[in-house]
Amino acid sequence: MKRPVASVLLHLVLLVGGVAALAPLAWMVAASLMPTGEANSFPPRFLPSRPTLVHYRELFTRLNIGRTFGSSLLVASATTIVSLLFNSMAGYAFAKLRFPGRDRLFGALLVAMVIPAPIAMLPLFLLLRSLGLVNSYAGVVLPAASTILGVFLIRQFARGIPDDLLDAARLDGAGELKLYRKIVLPLLRPVLTTLAIVTFLATWNDFIWPLIVLTDERRYTLPVALASLVGEHVQDTELMMAGSVLTVLPVLLLFLLLQKQYIEGITLGGLKE
Amino acid sequence: MAVDRRRVPGEVRAALFFLAPGLLVIGLFFLLPIAASVLLSLTDFDIYALGDVRNVRVVGLRNFSRLLADPLFWTSLRNTFYFVLVGGPLTLSVALAAALLLHSKLVRWKGLFRTIFFAPYITTLVAVAIVFRYLYHPRFGGLNRVLELFGIPAIDWLGNPKWAMPAIILLAVWKNFGYAMILFIAGLQAIPESLYEAARLDGAGRLQLFRRITVPMLAPTFLFLGVLTTIGYFQFFAEPYVMTGGGGPLNATLSTGLLMYKQGFRWWNMGYAAAIAVVLGLVILAFSALQFRIERRRNA
Repeated sequence: MKRPVASVLLHLVLLVGGVAALAPLAWMVAASLMPTGEANSFPPRFLPSRPTLVHYRELFTRLNIGRTFGSSLLVASATTIVSLLFNSMAGYAFAKLRFPGRDRLFGALLVAMVIPAPIAMLPLFLLLRSLGLVNSYAGVVLPAASTILGVFLIRQFARGIPDDLLDAARLDGAGELKLYRKIVLPLLRPVLTTLAIVTFLATWNDFIWPLIVLTDERRYTLPVALASLVGEHVQDTELMMAGSVLTVLPVLLLFLLLQKQYIEGITLGGLKE
Repeated sequence: MAVDRRRVPGEVRAALFFLAPGLLVIGLFFLLPIAASVLLSLTDFDIYALGDVRNVRVVGLRNFSRLLADPLFWTSLRNTFYFVLVGGPLTLSVALAAALLLHSKLVRWKGLFRTIFFAPYITTLVAVAIVFRYLYHPRFGGLNRVLELFGIPAIDWLGNPKWAMPAIILLAVWKNFGYAMILFIAGLQAIPESLYEAARLDGAGRLQLFRRITVPMLAPTFLFLGVLTTIGYFQFFAEPYVMTGGGGPLNATLSTGLLMYKQGFRWWNMGYAAAIAVVLGLVILAFSALQFRIERRRNA
């Protein structure tokens, strides 16, 4: 095959793929702007005849989606901040502090990493119930406040910190806490950034655990609220699409802004042996 | 050395301090519940026990024998395997094809296409499942509209037991292939060009290059993605929860994860649900182990 012909064919395939990848998202946005009923007209339309924000207004005024948005933001931010703190502390300790049994303990954690999380869900619910944390934001955040994978990634990165640097600071009389704050955290910044994006997106998108723990609809996160909304409003296609846009758009924008770090993050997590 | 020895107690104390929060969370909210799950599966923990723990009785393996006799459990397991065994390879195939395209020297605007293909992976599953639910509508949905252009008659995607699972798999492939694609691209970039040049000098054709160099060099990526995709797909839950009213039509999309959720958190049969969780967990572990095994045998 001649090169130019091959090149045109390849781009054609990519173009079709790109349209297929984006079409559902584009239709979601278009339908959210259609007047009521237009998304279910026949023949189906792809673009709104006259764009309207009426469904967004209804979501904010009658269905109080602002509060739901706040819940999602709170849960995702809190989980990200707390898990970054806990994972970086533990990861640093496993990488750089010398204590008996360190490598055996870390090895045991790695073995436990292969256990699929859903097995833990039922007893975890009973445990949170006995702690009075069911239907609280803490019940969503705490179980995710530290993960073996997070500790593992930080440890891998922290191993690159030179021991001499830490020992020199110790000889200068710096305490361990100061060492962590002034030397370790700044050096861990690249891995902390990627981990922060990955954690925030994962928490924002999470469904099953908030669905189980949050029983009061005033505390629902966006995915839980959407799933419950589709039960009552399945006929209101345009309204549901507006809700989906509000859920998807923040993470999509965040990704577009921080794409480089995010993709570095997942390749890091994926290729570490 | 003397300095070292004096410092050690301080460092151990510091280690304890730094490890405590993380290990406490992991131990209390992950490891402990996993062990408790096995114990819970040996009891008849139900809504009465939720009211008063004294109502719990140990029933040994009765939950498991009930499970084996429960046709709904077997249906869910069959559906789950359908999703994993068809959806998994399909996702990785599309991902590899996209990665190869974007790795080609003839292709321009690689960054743009990479971003576009990756975008669905970022989206919220519940939200896009709802979007697809409308796109699958037999009369108004966009998919049938596109198929119509090719003369394919309308399909009741989510209402027909035969088509509901393929519809859910299509959503999963659309949403997830971008992630695997990124890792495949990273894997492709790590293959030294000299390998191909040497083989080309030996007269190897395009297909041979792919089979003898590309595929073997990507083996670690295949293994990682295979295990990861399998683990994730075995737990699929939100798609049937949102799209098919909880596993319909006629339980054609009822997954084992969804059955566990319904038994445990809707009907509060937590002992029975724990048995489902333990079996699902063992299936996932066995499958991961199997993939590592195959990879090791291939290397031997």
